[in-house]
Amino acid sequence: MRGEGLVTGSPLIEARDLSAGYGGPLALRDVTFAAAPGERIGVLGPNGGGKSTLFRVLLGELPAAHGSVTAPPRCGTVPQTERSRLDYPVSALDVALMGTLSRLPWWRRPGQSEREQAFDALEIVGLRDQARASFGALSGGQRQRVLVARALVQDTRVLLLDEPFSGVDAPNADRLMALIDQFADEGRTVMIATHDVEQARTWDQVLCLNGSQIAFGAPGETLTRDVLEATYGAAIVTLPPTLDGVERGVLAPHHHDH
Amino acid sequence: MTTDAVLAPVWHALADPWSSSIMVRAFVEVGLLGVAGGALGCWVVFYGLSYSAESLAHSLFPGLVIAALLGLPLLLGGAVGIVAAALAVGVAARAPGVDRDTAVAVVVTGLFGLGALLALSPATPAGVSELLFGDILGISDTDLALAGGLAVIVLVALRLLHGRLLAVGFDRTSAPSLGISPGFIDAALLVLLALAVLVAVQGLGNLLVVAVLVGPAASARLLARRIVPMMVTAAALTILAGLGGLYLSYYVQTAAGASIAGLTVVLYLIAATASRVRSGAGAPDNLKRGITIGA
Repeated sequence: MRGEGLVTGSPLIEARDLSAGYGGPLALRDVTFAAAPGERIGVLGPNGGGKSTLFRVLLGELPAAHGSVTAPPRCGTVPQTERSRLDYPVSALDVALMGTLSRLPWWRRPGQSEREQAFDALEIVGLRDQARASFGALSGGQRQRVLVARALVQDTRVLLLDEPFSGVDAPNADRLMALIDQFADEGRTVMIATHDVEQARTWDQVLCLNGSQIAFGAPGETLTRDVLEATYGAAIVTLPPTLDGVERGVLAPHHHDH
Repeated sequence: MTTDAVLAPVWHALADPWSSSIMVRAFVEVGLLGVAGGALGCWVVFYGLSYSAESLAHSLFPGLVIAALLGLPLLLGGAVGIVAAALAVGVAARAPGVDRDTAVAVVVTGLFGLGALLALSPATPAGVSELLFGDILGISDTDLALAGGLAVIVLVALRLLHGRLLAVGFDRTSAPSLGISPGFIDAALLVLLALAVLVAVQGLGNLLVVAVLVGPAASARLLARRIVPMMVTAAALTILAGLGGLYLSYYVQTAAGASIAGLTVVLYLIAATASRVRSGAGAPDNLKRGITIGA
């Protein structure tokens, strides 16, 4: 279980009336939210809803067209593993070591201390014994954890996870959830782009996007039927209430961003 | 008949070509280009820059011809040719309604045509065909020094950039969040590639230089699982092709550069066959064998 009272301090991320796009029509409009240290924020939305655009703005890869955003100069990111080349000559250790490059001048290669950090990060995600294994030969869940290890080595205060549970089996998903909790306990802000509404109910805040901001707030008050219908359109499924009578609300269909 | 009596003619046949300093120089040149081209070629293949390598080689042709016409060093002509080609591609790629790939193809074909036009003019001195097909048997001390310098520069640069090259090739989109500029890495790789083409074109010619830069690396990718062994394998295959090509040239009187280039293709076919046999009936992809890299 996560510790309580860990969400403290001034926001690490703050967006006000943020809009962004790729030169044509805006892909994301009117986003206003703040994320404090230690908060886990689920970012919900359909394909093309603006989740990746928001992450790109926070990473500094895309400028804001309107409004403002403040974020640390460098955020750790865990991209979808589908973006990584599986036929590439890289081991789990090599991928974890990539996290050290942002701290090194371009002419310096990672040394012994950097290698130890990478091994430690792989230990934390439970893959130290797979350090020499080819990244492409690992399972989807293991690859996801290697990318988390890389983000750990980066040692940033903000982590952006893009569909981290996509294609991950239940044991690996539980492990990943525990890691996210651990990051938050350490005072990092973790934003998780996801399609899984039920999972998003377990985070501290949720941000619902569908081209523009639909809602932002604590999951209990925010994830109402109206908000989810506006976020996902009509393509939602009502789940039966649980045995103790708790309304389970609605579940959005599963999508994959590519 | 004694063993010595059998081996003596074989040994003589193997050793005889190397009594000529021309052949020795040619082999040293191929060896140095093999070291530089083998290491660089692996990244060229991983970054999908094989077409760029060919484009660079072809686009510097007018520069080489003009340098030959004016009696200037070919290296200078080639360097000016590459810069002019880069500017022309940059301008053409900005033309509305033309995508970058088409722009590169039009510019490179145009420049190569211009070079051919100049090369076939009556005022052009004899020997311009060497610019197209190279003259590996006419290697000078300067050429050897340039190839040695190239090998040192390429190896040092690749050693320094290793982690960043790896990160950008692995996931270009995430590279900026790791503090790496993909544009810088691309530019560094293209500069090294341009240098390699400039130096290698002296011996192997405008049309054959790509065979040495791309062929052995493509073969090595099928044979080695880790990147450093891959580079070593690519260099060894270039040297092997060089050795075979020079023997062919000596005994069968084939063109030396073309023989070397042809053997790189033969070695690729052998590597592809070996890879298929090793992985059973499946395609010779490294994914099945799980290629890995040593830090």
